[in-house]
Amino acid sequence: MSDRRAPRRGRDSRVSPGGPAGINGKRVVLPPPVPGAPDADAAPRNGQRPTGSPPPAVADQPADVWDRRVASGLAFLRRRLSGDYEVDEFGFDPDLNDHVFHPVLRLLYREWFRTEVFGIDNVPTTGAGLVVGNHSGTVALDALMLSAALHDRHPEGRHLRLLGADLVFRMPFVSELARKSGGTVACNPDAERLLRGGDLVGVFPEGFKGVGKHYSQRYKLQRFGRGGFVSAALRTGTPIIPAAIVGAEEIYPMLADIKPLARLLGLPYFPVTPTFPWLGPLGMVPLPSKWMIEFCPPIPTADMMEHADDPMVVFNLSDQVRETIQQALHRLLERRPDPFAP
Amino acid sequence: MTVDRSPEVPGTVVVTGISRPLGARVAARLADDPRIARVVGVDAVDPSPELAALLDRVERVRAEAGAAGTIIADLHAEAVVHLAVLTAPDPQHGGRAAMKEQNVIGTMQLLAACQQAPRVRKLVVRSSTAAYGASFRDPAVFTEETEPREVPRGGFARDILDIEGYVRGFRRRRPDVTATVLRFAPFIGSTIDTTLTRYFAQPAVPTVLGRDPRLQFVHVDDALEVLHRSVTGEHPGTFNVAGAGVLTLSQAIRRAGRVGVPVVEPGLSAAAGFARSLGFGRYGLDQVDLFVHGRVVDTTRLIEEYDFTPRSTAAAFDDFIRGHAGGRVVRAEQLAAAEAAILDGIRRVRAAVEERS
Repeated sequence: MSDRRAPRRGRDSRVSPGGPAGINGKRVVLPPPVPGAPDADAAPRNGQRPTGSPPPAVADQPADVWDRRVASGLAFLRRRLSGDYEVDEFGFDPDLNDHVFHPVLRLLYREWFRTEVFGIDNVPTTGAGLVVGNHSGTVALDALMLSAALHDRHPEGRHLRLLGADLVFRMPFVSELARKSGGTVACNPDAERLLRGGDLVGVFPEGFKGVGKHYSQRYKLQRFGRGGFVSAALRTGTPIIPAAIVGAEEIYPMLADIKPLARLLGLPYFPVTPTFPWLGPLGMVPLPSKWMIEFCPPIPTADMMEHADDPMVVFNLSDQVRETIQQALHRLLERRPDPFAP
Repeated sequence: MTVDRSPEVPGTVVVTGISRPLGARVAARLADDPRIARVVGVDAVDPSPELAALLDRVERVRAEAGAAGTIIADLHAEAVVHLAVLTAPDPQHGGRAAMKEQNVIGTMQLLAACQQAPRVRKLVVRSSTAAYGASFRDPAVFTEETEPREVPRGGFARDILDIEGYVRGFRRRRPDVTATVLRFAPFIGSTIDTTLTRYFAQPAVPTVLGRDPRLQFVHVDDALEVLHRSVTGEHPGTFNVAGAGVLTLSQAIRRAGRVGVPVVEPGLSAAAGFARSLGFGRYGLDQVDLFVHGRVVDTTRLIEEYDFTPRSTAAAFDDFIRGHAGGRVVRAEQLAAAEAAILDGIRRVRAAVEERS
């Protein structure tokens, strides 16, 4: 799998500064529509701008990389403008994800955070799975990176359906981005519906306690709430995949929380970081920490389905997941002594 | 009757709300069913001439819903189809006050009459998916069991909650009557005229800034089919009636070839109120709530119980687009032509540049 990705990365990073079409066209470039010789011939020639033989007429080189990018970008625009795409009942828009969201996230995930991913084989190739992660970073970029990692590294390129706080769905624009990228409100009916439909669901049981914690508390898992995620998994017999994310704690180190301002704005916290709000909009740029994401072996729940309402079972399982993530965090931190390592 | 009748098909059916298109079409359709001997349409208002043409086989009684009690008893009605539910206030007929009077008081009186009528054994009530309210904490997909989290602010949605409350009371008092409540998604189709179809028929369509709600529609012909089957079959319970799948509002506007105009939400609420007070606006807070929160329901129960699958939301909306193709601002063919032209232009320029270098 890494073999397949490596050359693609090289080619993308070389070409993408050239223009916006590179972003739109990127996904489409991978499976070359014109097989064999003309394509292999066109790509290097395009990179080097050969001067020898000029093309004889217009539209004579449909196999040329740039031409295909422009064409696929335009086709994407036309599809968007005529409404010619599909949206699922949660509002998930795969066309928009493949052509806009994931290419942008991939830039952050690869170039900015230099993310390393371990244990991707622990994520099932088909069928439902509940990915449970640790939450941190003041702004919930870790959720986006987790879904970027899964989509990028998983052999099937699976989409992670994130469950978000209702605050996310209260905010205009943000709510629609969340829905279109596959998210929905964190509640049991939605979680169970997605899991029954065979989707991969991502959840962060720490919630705001995790994202909004002080920098001194970094990599200390907070309380896991009532374990609603466990009962959703038990009711549907879905395996739980604990995921440890290292790196998000350092992107916006929270030094203080201005509580009165937070109350005034109706937010769970108002962060003060080394750069925010001092540098204004510049303070919104995340620090380029080194990220590591580990997917731990799945915890099967199919034989415990009848215990979905047993608080003892739910709490024990919730604790087991929490412990697994905490240990994985320690393991990853040992491998990454410098938070800003290359 | 010479026609053989299965035991559940009622002989005499009373339909309320026949002055409105849905009621008239349901009554006409039931009258065409040979298994049903007699269809009586009740409404306080006479239907328009074109609707009246549909109703030639329907006996029409002009009466307030309150007087329907005597009619139901006199006619020995066996089934009552309650469709006299207004979705929007009509400024020509008393506005919101009259709408509430008809929806809430009218239903209350009708159900009281049904309760007293010993021969009634079937009741079909039109409800709406507005019964689920609108809240940011709502699940993405409503099943029939979902309770509204907040009392909705729209008048129609509040009426719907009241109506369903009365039906629940009726079910307790008359457990022998098969009561069917149909929660319809907004109707769409090429042949109907509703607040929503008028909205999508405009060239520039106002939307709420920063919101792109998920919408579901049901084709009006499928709604008629479900209502018909509710009368001729035994389907007790509450059912969501909607087309499978989802269109987002922006997507629907683009498919219809219209242009969306985003408006700040408080501005839209205020504009809706202002237009209503001037007497011409028919958008209420119900519409604003729908365009902020969207509404998607699960129709598994309907499909299993009725063995009938309404056409999908996208297919139903396509039918609407076919019926309203005239008002298009942007056409798919124009976009495709523009795409080809731009691509061609870029190829020409690149070819020219490469030739020169």
